[in-house]
Amino acid sequence: MDRRTFLGTACSAAAWPLITPVVVAAAPGDRRLVVIVLRGALDGMGMVQPYGDRDFAGLRPTLAARPGAGLTDLDGFYGLADQFAGLMPLWRAGELGFATAVSTPYRGKRSHFDGQDLLETGSGGPTGQLSAGRGGWLNRALALIPGARAETALAVGQQRMLILDGEADVSAWSPRTKLALGDNGRGLLNKLYSNDRLFAEALTGAEMFADGEGRKAKRETGKTLARFAAGRLKDQARIAAFSLGGWDTHRGQAKRINGPARMLTDALITLRDQLGPVWRNTAVIAVTEFGRTARENGSRGTDHGTGGVAILSGGAMRGGQVQGRWPGLGEGDLYEDRDLMATDDVRRWAAWLLAGQFGVGRSNLEGTVFPGLEMGRDPGMLG
Amino acid sequence: MARQSTIAAVRFGYGFHPKQPAPQDGGALLDQARLALRADPPMMVDDKAVRRAKAQAFRDARGDQERRKALRRELRLGAFRDIAARYERRALSPHGFRGRLAAFWLDHFTVGFKNISQFHYYAGYEDETLRPYLGGHFADMLKAVVRAPAMLRYLDQVASIGPNSPIGRKRGRGLNENLAREVLELHTLGVGAGYSQTDVREFAELLTGFAFRPAKGTFRFVPRRAEPGTETVLGRRYGGDPARASDVDELLEDLTRHPATARHLATKLAAHFVADEPDPDLVWHIEAAWTRGGGALMPVYEALLEHPAAWAATGGKVKRPQDLVLSTLRASGVRPANAGKAQMKRGRLLFRSLRTMNQPPFQAPGPDGWAEEAEAWITPQGLAARLEYASAAGKQLGRSGDLDPRDFAKIALRDLLTENTKWVVNAAPERWEGFALVLASPEFNRR
Repeated sequence: MDRRTFLGTACSAAAWPLITPVVVAAAPGDRRLVVIVLRGALDGMGMVQPYGDRDFAGLRPTLAARPGAGLTDLDGFYGLADQFAGLMPLWRAGELGFATAVSTPYRGKRSHFDGQDLLETGSGGPTGQLSAGRGGWLNRALALIPGARAETALAVGQQRMLILDGEADVSAWSPRTKLALGDNGRGLLNKLYSNDRLFAEALTGAEMFADGEGRKAKRETGKTLARFAAGRLKDQARIAAFSLGGWDTHRGQAKRINGPARMLTDALITLRDQLGPVWRNTAVIAVTEFGRTARENGSRGTDHGTGGVAILSGGAMRGGQVQGRWPGLGEGDLYEDRDLMATDDVRRWAAWLLAGQFGVGRSNLEGTVFPGLEMGRDPGMLG
Repeated sequence: MARQSTIAAVRFGYGFHPKQPAPQDGGALLDQARLALRADPPMMVDDKAVRRAKAQAFRDARGDQERRKALRRELRLGAFRDIAARYERRALSPHGFRGRLAAFWLDHFTVGFKNISQFHYYAGYEDETLRPYLGGHFADMLKAVVRAPAMLRYLDQVASIGPNSPIGRKRGRGLNENLAREVLELHTLGVGAGYSQTDVREFAELLTGFAFRPAKGTFRFVPRRAEPGTETVLGRRYGGDPARASDVDELLEDLTRHPATARHLATKLAAHFVADEPDPDLVWHIEAAWTRGGGALMPVYEALLEHPAAWAATGGKVKRPQDLVLSTLRASGVRPANAGKAQMKRGRLLFRSLRTMNQPPFQAPGPDGWAEEAEAWITPQGLAARLEYASAAGKQLGRSGDLDPRDFAKIALRDLLTENTKWVVNAAPERWEGFALVLASPEFNRR
């Protein structure tokens, strides 16, 4: 079995509440970075709609919106879909921006599982096949930030998250169960697992964090994860990562995207509200495994595609702009005649954030954190 | 080193039952796989027509919140009874290997649903779509799977219409690639195999026309939804005019015989039954049997069971929560609950236990099913949930009967019981804690 079975995806028919981990790590300084992985492939063109492109409406007969009729204009060319309208205060405050037509180097089979692996490992290969034991890009970055204390990282939730996997010692906390045996029982459990390393280590983690808050309802997922991350970021943590699922909108996209859109909106707004004065030093990047087809499919949804959008937010971010080179949607503009062409590598944006927030050097970013990446010119995201 | 019968019962079944003998060896396991369908009678909690009618009533009650609430409750109670019957059958059957095989295929061909009113599409999936082919041929199972309403719904095939078909043209509708992609990526070739986006697309076109009758929940081929013309998948042309369901079957047969499928399934079987990282020679041995038999399943199981790696010491793998619960039911030798309230209560308890341990039935995180690796389950959170479950089940066992936990340890673990666990159980201050510690022990959670 390969690593991808660790990764939960919220596929169209399987959008069950997925408790995802929050991973955090401490580092010196007062800058913060939050990475949100949007699992299931967010339709970038559904969220930040290029209504100014003359071919857009033709590709998406039922999904394309217009200013005042389904979206709010951002810059005369792009508009933010109404499902995400809750984010407009951030945009107006200059704390929200986007990079369009971006993707990882993953091409070909458009598999969620491989796409997410690639997104989290930061690998430069196009196929999504991993060499074993490579770990996640954030983990590799931590090793390069002087004074970063990766050993204090915590994972919350049921599943491991590849993005921070690797050499560092990551412990996990359970938000919804408590140890049921009494004090006597604890001693017995230690003895019970004394010859079984896997169980013994898990028990140590479980005991350390046995008293957590109860499980929140699914609709509260975005708030819960953001609140937890914000709490840690106000304390020792400087980096946090978590994921939000439910983006695999093969059918009835306009309606189905409401749930995940709300989670994402809640997460960003909650981060801002909870971080208070620290928000000013915070950069948030939300990324997804790939975009979706440029054309609407037969069931008012979209299938797996290539170019998508990266969401850039935070008080440290120079927002209020949609960046990226728009490839157009006309004849011959689409990738394999179906997907938005990716004109930029999404890893570049994450790399410049690591450079700007934590001073990670360019050669390390291009060689170790994101092997094979060319960072190019600084897009000047940070204010 | 454990006895061969112990390995047969634990690695290839749901463990020991106080009153049933363990299967002696691989031959006995193969005999179980070969048994007729009626060896483990299909579950009959509710007639399907009754379920459908209730689901319909629920949908019709839109707007009437009170009535909807009552109907939803009724549907949930029915689903709980279903879970109880399903788990009891699996745990208490003398043919544990059959149950394990059914579970393997149920996971391989994962389906799930969101709304309780859809449960009736899924209730019969294991019995009608998978179990008839357990000891048969993979191609036949695959053909049944892509016709099952549960799968047609779960992977959106119901929404896929040939864009140039009469219905597609009339309504301006088109393809949905989901099922085609996952059949290639998850069910047959595996993602590492040499297929392309074009293959996915052409396969999706070939699959158009596959639908079902909602009123009866049975498969139906609708030529007016089918994309006209031939489709080329992996370099071979399929179909033509008029489109037929059997065009898809030809492709499914070719996929079954494809070397990548043999490799993919051999690896998956070895990883599921023997070791998270299986001996390459074992995988190769199963793969060769798949290739020789063209996807016939009995020779594949035989290859799995005759290889020495299958009989190496147990303990490398961790039982998933569903199997932990099943082996608890089995070791405690419970009697099936009486249909009705007792059954509903047991099902609800099972469901809640599984939800706490993050493996509720029909709710896998994605179409690739549940994680296999030990490390995915024995996380701090996962272990905390197991301890909570062990405590609750231990209390129940402590309340019923006058069994000594030390005797329960011997019944549940036989020659796998270690001195360390024996010591810990003996030291438990309360009787229920003794039971809980047996259920929490590494040797009960591993296989």
